[in-house]
Amino acid sequence: MTALLSVQGLSVSFSTYGRTAEVLKGVSLDVPQGAQVALVGESGSGKSVTMKAIMGLLPQPPARIHAGKIMFDGRDLLTLPERERVALRGTAMSMVFQDPMSSLNPVWTIEDQLTTILKYADRRLGRDRDRRGRRARVIEVLSQVRMRDPERVAQSFPIMLSGGMRQRVLIAMALLSEPRLLIADEPGTALDVTTQAQILKLLRDLVEAQGLALLMITHNLGVVRETSNYVYVMNKGEIVEEGPTAGLFAEPRQQYTRDLIAAVPRLTGRVAL
Amino acid sequence: MTAALEIRDLVKTYPVRNAFGRVSGAVRAVDGVSFTIPSGGVYGLAGESGSGKSTIARMIMGLTEPDEGDILIDGVSVLGQGERAKVQMVFQNPGASLNPRRTVGQSIKVPLVAHTYQGDRKGRIGDLLDMVQLPRHFADRYPHELSGGQKQRVAIARALAVSPRLLVLDEPTSALDVSVQAKVIDLLEELGRQLGLTYLFISHDLSLMRNFAQTVGVLYLGKIVETGPVARVFERPGHDYTRLLLASVPVISTEEAAMRPVIPLINGEMPTAEDLMALRAGLNPKETAR
Ligand SMILES: Nc1ncnc2c1ncn2[C@@H]1O[C@H](COP(=O)(O)OP(=O)(O)OP(=O)(O)O)[C@@H](O)[C@H]1O
Ligand SMILES: Nc1ncnc2c1ncn2[C@@H]1O[C@H](COP(=O)(O)OP(=O)(O)OP(=O)(O)O)[C@@H](O)[C@H]1O
Ligand SMILES: [Mg+2]
Ligand SMILES: [Mg+2]
Repeated sequence: MTALLSVQGLSVSFSTYGRTAEVLKGVSLDVPQGAQVALVGESGSGKSVTMKAIMGLLPQPPARIHAGKIMFDGRDLLTLPERERVALRGTAMSMVFQDPMSSLNPVWTIEDQLTTILKYADRRLGRDRDRRGRRARVIEVLSQVRMRDPERVAQSFPIMLSGGMRQRVLIAMALLSEPRLLIADEPGTALDVTTQAQILKLLRDLVEAQGLALLMITHNLGVVRETSNYVYVMNKGEIVEEGPTAGLFAEPRQQYTRDLIAAVPRLTGRVAL
Repeated sequence: MTAALEIRDLVKTYPVRNAFGRVSGAVRAVDGVSFTIPSGGVYGLAGESGSGKSTIARMIMGLTEPDEGDILIDGVSVLGQGERAKVQMVFQNPGASLNPRRTVGQSIKVPLVAHTYQGDRKGRIGDLLDMVQLPRHFADRYPHELSGGQKQRVAIARALAVSPRLLVLDEPTSALDVSVQAKVIDLLEELGRQLGLTYLFISHDLSLMRNFAQTVGVLYLGKIVETGPVARVFERPGHDYTRLLLASVPVISTEEAAMRPVIPLINGEMPTAEDLMALRAGLNPKETAR
C-alpha cells in the first residue's frame, strides 16, 4: 500500500551569516491514508522544519533542500510546478497551528475569516458556491469542531473567544476545504490541561469520523500516545526510531528513546528504572 | 514543631475594569486559602490558568500585600516586612528572569549585595555554582551563552545565594525539554536534602507534581477545593475538579491511563470545569457561560 504522504531522505540545511547547519539529515516518514502518525522530538530536533518543508513554507534561502522527495498522493511536491503545489496546500493538506491568537486576524469576525479561506479554497478547487452555501459550510465546520453556538461564534471577534475556542476555530479553518491530510504542530500546548484534553479528543474524533490522515507534531510523549498509532522519534535532524505507538512505548529499542521515555514523570509516581 | 510556612485565610481581590478602564467589579483571585508546609517538605499547588497560584506566590514573597489573612514563616508573621531573605523564588522563564547584560556571576551577586552578605562574595558565587553543578568559570558567561537548563540552574543558584529557608518554584521547568527537566528536578531534590530547604511547588503538570510533592492542594478559582498527601489525592480524588484534572493528563502507559478517573461525557465531549461545577450545582451545563 502506498502512503498518502511519504517523505523520503529529506535533507535540509540553513545558511546564516556564512555558517551552514545541517538541520534535517535524510528524514523519511510515511503517513498512510487515514492513519494517525506522530512525529516527536525535543526542542530544536527539526520537527517544525519538517512540517514547513511538507507544507512548502520553508524560506529558501536561508533554508536549502539538498536531497529527498516529498511524495503526496504519488506526486513529488518538490518538483511540482509552484501553481499546483500552492493549490494543494490548504486544500488536500491543511495545517492546524499552535498559536491561535497570532493566526487569527483580530479585526475580522470568525465568519469573515473562514469565508475568505473558503472562497480561496473553492477557487483553487474550481468549486462553485454561493454566499448562502458558504455561510452554511462555515456553520457546518464550526459545528464539527463542537462549538455549542456556531451562529454566535461566527459573529464573534477572536478576542471574544476563550483560548480553547480559538483553537477550535483554527481546526475548523483547516477542515474547510475537506483535506485528506491534517498536520498539527503542537496543538493546544498553550492551553490548560483540561482544554488541551478536549482539543486532542476532538482531533481524534474528527480524523476517525472523516477518515482523515493526521500527522501530529509534538514534544510531548503523552500527546503522542493520546493521538497516534504510529510514531517517529526525531533527534538532531534524524529519525532515530519508529514503530507502532504502543509497542514503541512499551519496548523502546534505541537508547535515545529509552532515555526520553525514562525522563517523563509518571502519573502513577516513581517508576523503578 | 512549627511549620516552615503557614498561610492563613489569605484573600486577594483585584478590580475588574471594562473596556473603558472603568472599574466594573472585582475578582477574588485568592479567596480564603490556608495551608502549612512542614520544614523540609514539598507542597504542590495545582490548578489551571488564572486560579490564583502566582498571586499566592507573590504574597508569600512580599511582592503583593494580601487584603486579609496572615503569612507566617517559622511561626512568625511576616506581613508588612517587605523584602524577605528567608523566601526566594525561581520563575518559569529562565531567559526572562536573568538580565541579559549581566554575567552569571553578576546576577548571583545581586542578592548578596542586597542582603549585605559579609563574607567572600567571589568564593560564595563559586560555591553556589558548585551547588547547582555548573563549572565555576560559568560566572563569566552571559545568559545567551547558556542553554535553558543551565539558565534555570543559575536562577536556582541566585535564589540560594542568601541561604533561604523556603523556595517558591513557579513552574520552574515548564519551559524545558523533559530530559532537562528531569535533571533540574533531581538537582532540586538533592539541594532540598542537603540544605534542608522547604519548597512551594507550583505547576500545571500533575505527573511531575505526583513525583516531586508530598502534599498537594488543588486550586480552583482562588479556593483550595481539595488537599492531602499526593498519593491519596491522585489515587482517590475526592472532588470533581481534581478528577477532571487527572482525567485530562496525557499519559504514556496503560497503568497511568487506568488510574485516570472516568469522566462522563457531555455531548460526546469532555466537560469543562465550569460544566462540571454547574452539573454539581444542579444547573444545565448548556446554560452556563463559557
Ligand atoms: N529560519 C531559520 N534559520 C536558521 N536556523 C533555523 C531556522 N529555522 C529553524 N532553524 C534551526 O533548525 C533546527 C530545527 O528547528 P525546528 O524549529 O524544526 O525545531 P523543533 O523540533 O520544531 O523544535 P521546538 O520543539 O522547539 O518547536 C534548530 O536548530 C533551529 O535553530
Ligand atoms: N495585578 C493584577 N491585576 C488584576 N488582576 C490580576 C492581577 N494579577 C492577577 N490577577 C487576576 O487574578 C487571577 C489569578 O491570577 P494568577 O496569576 O494568580 O493565576 P495563576 O494561577 O498563576 O495562573 P497561570 O497558571 O496562568 O500562571 C486571574 O483572574 C488574574 O487575571
Ligand atoms: Mg517546532
Ligand atoms: Mg502563574
